[in-house]
Amino acid sequence: MLKPDPAKQRDGAYVGQPVPRENARRLSQGRGRYVDDIAFRNLAHVAFVRSPHAHARILSIDTSAAQALPGVVDVVTGEEMKGLCTPWVGVLAHFPGLKSAEQYPLAVDVARWHGEPVVAVVGESRALAEDGADLIEVEWEELPAVVDAEAALAGDVPAIHPELGDNRAFRLEVGQGDTASAFAEAAVIAEEEFRFGRHTGLTLEPRSIVADFDPSLRQMTVHHSTQTPFQMQDVLARHFGLEEGNVRVIAPDVGGSFGLKLHVYGEEMAACALSIRLGRPVKFIADRLEAFQTDIHARDHLVKARMALSRDGEILAMEVDDLTGIGPYSVYPRTSAVEGNQAIRLMGGPYRMPNYRGELNIVFQNKTPMCQYRAVGHPIACAVTEGLLDKGARALKLDPLAVRQRNVVTADMYPHTSPTGYVFERLSHEECIASLASLMDYERLRREQAEARQRGVYRGIGLATFIEITNPGPAFYGVGGARISAQDGCVMKMEPSGDIRVMVSVTEQGQGTETIMAQVAATHLGVPLERVSVYTGDTQTSPYGGATWASRGAGIGGPAVMKTALALKANLLETAAVILQAEAGDLDIRGGAVVNRKDGTQRMELAELGRIAYFRPDTLPADFHPEMTAARHYVPQGYPFAFTNGIQASHLEVDVETGLVRLLDHWVVEDCGKVINPLLVEEQIRGGVVQGLGGALFEECLYSPEGQLLCGTMADYLTPMAGEMPDIHMAHVETPTLTSPLGAKGVGEAGTAAAPAAVMNAINDALSPFSAEVTQMPFTPERILTALGKV
Amino acid sequence: MKAAPFDYVRVSSLDELGELAAAYGDDAQVIAGGQSLVPAMAMRMARPKLLLDLCDLPGLADIRLTPDGLEIGAMVRYFELAGSPLVATHAPLVSTAVPLIAHEAIRSRGTLGGNLAHADPASEMPAVMLALGAVITVAGSTGARRIPAAEFFIGTYETALRAGEIITAITLPVALAGRRVAIDEVVRRSGDYAAVGAAFAIDLEGETVTGARLAFFAVCDRAVLAHKAAAALCGQRLGEIDPAPVLAALAQEIAPVADLHNRAETKRHLMKVLAGRLLQRLLSGEKSTHG
Repeated sequence: MLKPDPAKQRDGAYVGQPVPRENARRLSQGRGRYVDDIAFRNLAHVAFVRSPHAHARILSIDTSAAQALPGVVDVVTGEEMKGLCTPWVGVLAHFPGLKSAEQYPLAVDVARWHGEPVVAVVGESRALAEDGADLIEVEWEELPAVVDAEAALAGDVPAIHPELGDNRAFRLEVGQGDTASAFAEAAVIAEEEFRFGRHTGLTLEPRSIVADFDPSLRQMTVHHSTQTPFQMQDVLARHFGLEEGNVRVIAPDVGGSFGLKLHVYGEEMAACALSIRLGRPVKFIADRLEAFQTDIHARDHLVKARMALSRDGEILAMEVDDLTGIGPYSVYPRTSAVEGNQAIRLMGGPYRMPNYRGELNIVFQNKTPMCQYRAVGHPIACAVTEGLLDKGARALKLDPLAVRQRNVVTADMYPHTSPTGYVFERLSHEECIASLASLMDYERLRREQAEARQRGVYRGIGLATFIEITNPGPAFYGVGGARISAQDGCVMKMEPSGDIRVMVSVTEQGQGTETIMAQVAATHLGVPLERVSVYTGDTQTSPYGGATWASRGAGIGGPAVMKTALALKANLLETAAVILQAEAGDLDIRGGAVVNRKDGTQRMELAELGRIAYFRPDTLPADFHPEMTAARHYVPQGYPFAFTNGIQASHLEVDVETGLVRLLDHWVVEDCGKVINPLLVEEQIRGGVVQGLGGALFEECLYSPEGQLLCGTMADYLTPMAGEMPDIHMAHVETPTLTSPLGAKGVGEAGTAAAPAAVMNAINDALSPFSAEVTQMPFTPERILTALGKV
Repeated sequence: MKAAPFDYVRVSSLDELGELAAAYGDDAQVIAGGQSLVPAMAMRMARPKLLLDLCDLPGLADIRLTPDGLEIGAMVRYFELAGSPLVATHAPLVSTAVPLIAHEAIRSRGTLGGNLAHADPASEMPAVMLALGAVITVAGSTGARRIPAAEFFIGTYETALRAGEIITAITLPVALAGRRVAIDEVVRRSGDYAAVGAAFAIDLEGETVTGARLAFFAVCDRAVLAHKAAAALCGQRLGEIDPAPVLAALAQEIAPVADLHNRAETKRHLMKVLAGRLLQRLLSGEKSTHG
């Protein structure tokens, strides 16, 4: 494991050091405080009757037996729930033409996916609520279900929402140049159909909420396992007709999120509605089956794509058609257009590709809603681009590493604009490829691969260059009308003890945000790390901000904290200068003490500064008011996003008789700009890679032809487990963004973005002696055997 | 995901068990390790009104050598099987099978008797019992019966157990000197339900195969023996065995059925690949018995 350098820490240079996560000890010893751990007086629990059908009309609901059951507090149908909040529609103005239907917490008249909540039953315990739910009789009229995205637009398929006309939610075309001529001139055209199965986020802590409405003040306090407390505050205030200031959202410890805990879910809205209705706290904790049925699903793309290459392997053009199924609704408030939008815009992103045409079709279907999940759209774009590039290189008999070197955007080209309008400030593809080649000893692996083949052992090496969207600015949601903050804020105070309290609007879900913020504060304030405490996740006590998603915590929250630390330091030095009768400019703060800037001689402890400032200001000049608190905000400017880049490689072995894939090694070279904490960067990358490997090899939400979700437990939904994971080796290239004083970009999604592509290319490399290829994720033994013609 | 209301009794005798089972009929459910039953209850797929816990019943947790063979009490837990020198000596196939069963936490509570009574067609232990020719002793208010494993498993979650009966012990004939055993399965992740699995026991006299019990699991509605494939092996001499007719016989007599992740055709292919590999391993005398 990476270890901090004591000398550097002594100097207060925590930024760049592998400081362990402050909360790891507490969480790993079971001392976490998640929503479900918090005690409330008079707590009621809600369970739901769910649709057993993918698409069905509710003819009648008989709740009488449940109402009569002792321990059942309340029973509310979708129709009754309608009166308790205003509906929402998951569209935003910057996706013109995107359509979706009105949603309420529970299905009204028609249920549109298997598992959709239909009736809420409140009980004195969760078990009693489930007993009540058992007694509810719903009479259903089954309707034809639209299950496959491909079928959704067929002429005879009924519209899931008749008022919307058809099942097309959104259509978008992007591109530039003349792809037709490029394909006409191509030496080789690589063409393929890629399928990406649905998978889901599978947070260790499921979605959880306790809504506690106080009717005397019309105040609602919500403890919520969420990434985005301020977004939820806004949503709850608007849809329940409450003053925004009367809604307090608190995210205590959050056990993983991966993008799935920033959407609006019917169950959470129902819990809030029920708390208002009953005037008592109401808890909903999703169980694992409910998580599979109602947590957003991810991916679900069918991509038909082709790439034109010149004789020497230059990418001339790409044409891409992406069809993606989002379930029956575009999810509120961020919409389900972002995944597809990013997929078609990221295609070919690392490369000098002059001509591109991408078309996106998003359709409704009777499945669990699909929406943003870690590395939104990235794995799709990466797998399609990298898969086609390898296919073309194979046809041209070019080495995969060399063909990437040949095509990447080079150092002299920045700032560079992609064919879809993404602007790259400065990326480091060439350095990353060179670093990877030496990290994995590419030439040796190729030699070993050839030797193994002689023995009938089929190993593959797969490469995947990637870019990642991080640090999104207002272009992401704000311009589309979503009240989701693009900026983040920080309030920092020094207490009489000299300890530093940092309140920041970015949030922590287990990835170490708070540690990163503490490192930045300690470094720029000049205090020991252990004297800094960071507080996040409470709309009542944090400054307002966007929180943690889209790899924005370090890149946007970090500069906010840095600016605040510098401001507080100036405040403290001003007071110190008055006390010491010195010039502030001659003083500095190091190691938690005021020192002479020039020679480092200690002048006073911060605790002494605190003592005087707080308790003996009478000893200071009459007109002087010590400022012990500072607040600053930061919004990324200059570019809509800060792109990161890197390259991954997978080494694996395919058992060509069973179709089983054994992962041998995985390498990542990434450039997230300034690395604040290499330990946490590597944890983020490793975790991201594992989720990518899950999507590539294991995870799939399987449906019957009728739209029944077939996997509802951890036994039949295969999540990646430690036993099957390879060692993940890493190296870093640092190209700081010049747009922020900290230079940090994001790193949350890079691992997930390219791991599936690397695995796909490695499998196809292993299968190349058989002229077999797989392009449907996850790559199950059955799909590999089918490609091999064995079944 | 909370179980429907139920009552719970730790029975202290077979008589008490019999009385309560008779009184509650189908609403009573015996619980041993609970590793399949409890999740099913949590999802309300099983809704017993009364749980009869066997953990206090005397004499069900022993492993001992008897004149009939190695007797394993029904309440012996997987981890105890794995750690037992008696099992390792006299029924090594059982010892090598245990690590393939789910995960450590499950192996520390799950019991052999509970597993066999549950009769999950994808479970390893029923096939191991078939391969070893186990005899399953069951008892109820009308007395005890001894049922050969080959007659015990009837279908998915269906056994020869009658209402009010429980498994009390499993008797395994002690391993013969010339016996070679192996178990393996095709799994995507360690601990998963197998796509297909096989447990083989082959008896040799000198270089000649004198007996073979080729059991398969996760292929159809229960663990099954491939009699024709076994017959094709018998009488042949090591080093002269052509696996092709054995595998052809296997494909004829066992028709795998699809599961959530695999088509029937895929399972048929995997069954043959797995059988071929296990045979190769056993006939070449490789030490490793699974992996």
